[in-house]
Amino acid sequence: MLENDLKFLEETFKQYYFDHFDFIHIPDRSLEREYGYKKFNSGMVRHISLKTDKDLHLMLMTNVPSDVFCSNAYYTFPNLPMAEKDWKEADLIFDIDAKDLNLSCRKDHTCVKCLSCGEVSLLHDTCPKCKSNKLDLLSLTCDNCISGVKKEVLNLIKILTNDLQIDDKNVRTSFSGNEGFHLYVANSSYNQLGSKERGDLIDYIMFRRVMPERFGFKKENPSRHTFPELDEAGWRGRVAKELFGSKSKRSKAITKIISDGKLAYQQILEEIGKNSIGIKIDPNVTVDIHRIFRLEGSLNSKSGLAKLACENIERFDPYTETCLIDDSSVEVSANFPIEFRLKNTKFGPYTNEKVSVPKYAAAYMLCKGIASLA
Amino acid sequence: MISLGQDEIAKYPFLAEAGQYLKDKGFTLEQFATDPDLKIIVDKAYERIESAAEGKIYNPKADNSSEKDTVLPLNVFSFLIAIVLLKLSGLNTLINRFSLAEARRAEKFLERDLVSNSNKTSEEFAIKIFRDVFSVTIKKAGDYFVIPISDYLQHAVNFHELEWKLVNRHVENGMVFLSTHESARLIRKELGGYISSRIRAANTPSMSKGFEDKVNKLSELAKKFVVNTIVSTEYPPCIKHAIEELNSGENLPHFGRFMLATFLLGRGQTIEEIVPLFKNAPDWNEKVTRYQIKQISGETGSNTKYSCPSCDKIESHDMCFATPDCDNIINPMQFGKKRL
Ligand SMILES: [Zn+2]
Ligand SMILES: [Zn+2]
Repeated sequence: MLENDLKFLEETFKQYYFDHFDFIHIPDRSLEREYGYKKFNSGMVRHISLKTDKDLHLMLMTNVPSDVFCSNAYYTFPNLPMAEKDWKEADLIFDIDAKDLNLSCRKDHTCVKCLSCGEVSLLHDTCPKCKSNKLDLLSLTCDNCISGVKKEVLNLIKILTNDLQIDDKNVRTSFSGNEGFHLYVANSSYNQLGSKERGDLIDYIMFRRVMPERFGFKKENPSRHTFPELDEAGWRGRVAKELFGSKSKRSKAITKIISDGKLAYQQILEEIGKNSIGIKIDPNVTVDIHRIFRLEGSLNSKSGLAKLACENIERFDPYTETCLIDDSSVEVSANFPIEFRLKNTKFGPYTNEKVSVPKYAAAYMLCKGIASLA
Repeated sequence: MISLGQDEIAKYPFLAEAGQYLKDKGFTLEQFATDPDLKIIVDKAYERIESAAEGKIYNPKADNSSEKDTVLPLNVFSFLIAIVLLKLSGLNTLINRFSLAEARRAEKFLERDLVSNSNKTSEEFAIKIFRDVFSVTIKKAGDYFVIPISDYLQHAVNFHELEWKLVNRHVENGMVFLSTHESARLIRKELGGYISSRIRAANTPSMSKGFEDKVNKLSELAKKFVVNTIVSTEYPPCIKHAIEELNSGENLPHFGRFMLATFLLGRGQTIEEIVPLFKNAPDWNEKVTRYQIKQISGETGSNTKYSCPSCDKIESHDMCFATPDCDNIINPMQFGKKRL
């Protein structure tokens, strides 16, 4: 990133933390948590413990981080090296990201940035300007992806509150600040679980490693009545709804399943797990009991948007509600071939143009690497 | 500690406070070493260890006969004296095998007690063991037992079979549904661990003349199993884990057995050295095991000598326990060799 752009973003982020420190959600039992941060153009600093809100404020003001994180785990000594921290427990966390949904709209709002010459262009295998094949994928705002992720989040919440019997008061959902949602589950009986146990929970939520026997196909003499009914609890019920659709179609569908054989049924179960009923959480996040997770209320340097909690996810519009940098005018030179929308305003496409845009849009473009200060 | 009735103590003798129990019954350890009338108990104790060493469950049927009427609770005394002999011998191999066999024995009683509809006390007691000893809350729900998901997961991750994965279980409202057999099976490993930890924590009494002969015989007995305890530090974690699983009586899946056999063959061990490793497997059959290992070694059958599967393959079977010592090797055979 250019020196000027960097300074601009640092000042903009600092201003945000100065004006909006009240947006920061300091999690419960903050003293037992590990904090960390990244600065623009440099690596991660972690193993920080903060005594008070003032310490956090001071950290934000003096270091001007590009990203701020806080552990899902509780430790006796959060500031010591990992092996000496004395892990106590960790909140259950989930990340659902639009890129893992692979929706068909994705190609329409993704462009590539050449790592050799910096050119931003439509999706290609090689840079149209210098033919390099070292390219970065850049995804811009998409309402369709956001509604896709929301649906996934709602399905996850159903599993958490029904199957896993987690009190919905303990589930906190927030927009990640880029193109996904984060879920926190605090105070549950799952806090004590280690990584291995969480791995099993992940397979449950993602509907992986499924046995056809459990879903009705017995080894010998498969019989119709062992297949799931639509009104059953948990995965059997969901599988029945997915495969049979309605009660009246159940019998015919089972006849076909039995005649196609167990292996084919197993493949069907794997397929629906992967492409429809399995929840598309990022397993690497949930399995991690020492993770430092983006702090709610902080800005995401991938976009300049804030990570914010949403009370009513269905009505939540992240591209308006988390766009919290002010709208004073900034001149940038922009060059990218597709549009994006923030606060109901359309920006782009631009071909090597100097344009005046609100500061929040300028920050978004600089964070995405598709413009620089004019 | 759970308070025990006579019936319960016969089934689950490891829950008893040994010294206190003998005292309550009006005996001293010295009497067992000297009194010819009590020699039968010392003999029984030795038999109990011997059958455990051979991977058998000690005579569980006999425990059904009403012990309340007999003056000497044979089954409890033989257990307590067995521990005395084991402590005097100091032989870890035998302590492990004994704990495992006793765990299997107790598992059978637990299973039976959980469904003893006629006897509410037994059922309640079995549920209490789950709760007080293993911190697992189980409740009866019709023909099933239900256990909270988080409790379930902490035990089920010990198993590799897909049927133990949560996704393949009946889950409802935060609870996992298990059959009686599955409930007891779920804590087998911990049961064995619990018994051996109790034995290890017990005081070693001083040697009495009356026990010397039996203790010497135990040393002889242990020699037969000595091969099993060689777990070299030169073994990678996946192999160590597989050996531990076998030693603790877990049902190591076919792939795990294949991995272990090919690895040890690759390290130059003979079939005769490898076969006894599988002795504690729940489905142990010496002939079948020897036959299978011969096949893998290429000595019989297709004459193909199989080699140890790659780390990737092992990981895909959920049997990789990589540590930094693995040093990014791609096959367990390379373990420890990279650094040389
Ligand atoms: Zn280029
Ligand atoms: Zn999209």
